[in-house]
Amino acid sequence: MSGRPRYAALVAFVVAAIAVLAIFPRVAQPYYVTLVLPAFAYAIALLGFNLLFGTTGLLSFGHALFVAIGAYAAAVMTSKLGIKSFELILVVAGAVAVIAAVPVALLAVRYVRIFFGILTLAFGMLFHSFLFKFYNLTGGDTGIRVLRPTLLGQDWKELDKTAFLIGPFYYACLVLAVVLGFAMWRIVRSPFGLHLAAIRENARKAEYLGVRVRLFRLIAFLISAFYGAIGGAILAVNTGQADPELAYWTHSGELVFMTVLGGFANFFGPLVGAFTFIFLKSELMGATQYWRFFLGATLAVIVIAFPRGLMGLAGDLWKKAVRR
Amino acid sequence: MTSFFDVLIGGVFHASVLFLVAAGLQLVFGVQRIVNLACGSFYALGAYFGITAVNWTSAHGAPPWTFLPVLVGAGILLGAIGPFIERLLRTVYKRDEAFQLLLTFALVLMFQDVLRFFWGANPQQLGNLSMSYGKVALGEVSFPTYNVLVMAASLAIAVALGVFLRRTAYGRVLRATAENREMAEALGADVRGIYAIVFTLGTVLGTVGGALVVPTAAASLDMPVELVVEAFAVVVIGGLGSMRGALAGALVVGLTRALAISFYAELEVLAIYVIVIVVLVARPAGLFGKPVE
Repeated sequence: MSGRPRYAALVAFVVAAIAVLAIFPRVAQPYYVTLVLPAFAYAIALLGFNLLFGTTGLLSFGHALFVAIGAYAAAVMTSKLGIKSFELILVVAGAVAVIAAVPVALLAVRYVRIFFGILTLAFGMLFHSFLFKFYNLTGGDTGIRVLRPTLLGQDWKELDKTAFLIGPFYYACLVLAVVLGFAMWRIVRSPFGLHLAAIRENARKAEYLGVRVRLFRLIAFLISAFYGAIGGAILAVNTGQADPELAYWTHSGELVFMTVLGGFANFFGPLVGAFTFIFLKSELMGATQYWRFFLGATLAVIVIAFPRGLMGLAGDLWKKAVRR
Repeated sequence: MTSFFDVLIGGVFHASVLFLVAAGLQLVFGVQRIVNLACGSFYALGAYFGITAVNWTSAHGAPPWTFLPVLVGAGILLGAIGPFIERLLRTVYKRDEAFQLLLTFALVLMFQDVLRFFWGANPQQLGNLSMSYGKVALGEVSFPTYNVLVMAASLAIAVALGVFLRRTAYGRVLRATAENREMAEALGADVRGIYAIVFTLGTVLGTVGGALVVPTAAASLDMPVELVVEAFAVVVIGGLGSMRGALAGALVVGLTRALAISFYAELEVLAIYVIVIVVLVARPAGLFGKPVE
């Protein structure tokens, strides 16, 4: 198959997926629509996460730090400062995350492999214990409420909470996911993205070829922090709460879980992973109180038997079908 | 002065338990190159099972003083799960370490519900058994004998591990495998067997650590994930894969935590991780670790 028809098929597929997501609130039960919101949030956060993991080859086990920063930015702005504009919240959340990521990244990019993972975990837990212990500033374990933001200046007062979330807010998130997804698509395919892939494949060789390895890792880290915070802000508006658990290392673990579930080697893997994870978790939680066990078992099966995730599996099946 | 001494003893006690778990973590990382997130789950399993074992023996008429050997025995008994989990991990030895880390994360999730299934969601306690050994007085300060026994036991295990790794033939093979797996295998070392034994030993260190802590603290479902946070701090401060590092790191973390809790409770975990980051900036490989790359 040559490049162009394949590209056209991809575009058609993406457009179809967006169309399905666009009509989803009109046809599905509200409960399922509210599930798509965290899936959007995680999809955006994971696009950033996978720029580090899938593209650059750095496994962060503390990425929930940036999700939490985004959530707390939304909480502080709506509850404490009275700023309700969602657009402004996104800008501030992203900016704060990038600023906070600078010292973390400066330290972390000196390491690779498991050491990078542990160091990022350390920073995540540092922030978690700050959120958890400094009650006066952060609300401690209960966190801070997130009030309903305005979208493009409109406050949607006539809608109740669910109607707001599955109505205007849903579409705002869809637009964000599409825009940020397209931006990431371009980033990964830009010379910058190719540099990152070269670093992943062989950092030393890339360095000999003149790639400024640490600088590029640093920039990738900052971009991924930005995406994480946008995801966190959406997540917080959806739940109406920002709490310290968002920064806990197990939440970071869930981010990695989702990425591997969908397939980190594929651009769309994290997106598929986010949606699958959210629906799987919700179904399991409805079915049994031991949902963690089955979630863990799913992860074990994926890791052992399908390391390339659902997208890898789909790719294999597709190839088989085409060959026949 | 007394209060300071209490803090010191509390810190060293905590460090002794942390050392056991961290030693297990280091052993497994040193030889198998796997960072085991499930070390906290083993620790919690040891704690819960220890409570059950002590309750069971005392219900069958065992005198109160037997609880310490019962706890240790319960921890060692739990080592039986080690080979099975090692068998599971064997499927990913040749994969990227991200997958190894994730598989142990899957174990964390699964163990969380195994604990919930057998022991329920409420925290479990052993009552005040630790006081049944009385107190040791040293001048005007006194502290529970139990705490001293645990510190001594932990120190003894540290020495025994050191002798095992440095002085015995098997320990040398083990270290050789850690150094260069292919070469050790080529020279006839049974790497498969070594991995199974090392992982089981790592498991036992974790379960015994957990069992020893229950006379002084409740066992809860938060235990596994909370312990990982401290155990990671220990190994990073000490240097990944180093036993001496585990000892030094455990003391640093245990004492820091004890001091922070008694003077400024807000800083508990924060203080530990500030130290972690300072150590990493000053000595990237940790206090006793080998340089990275």
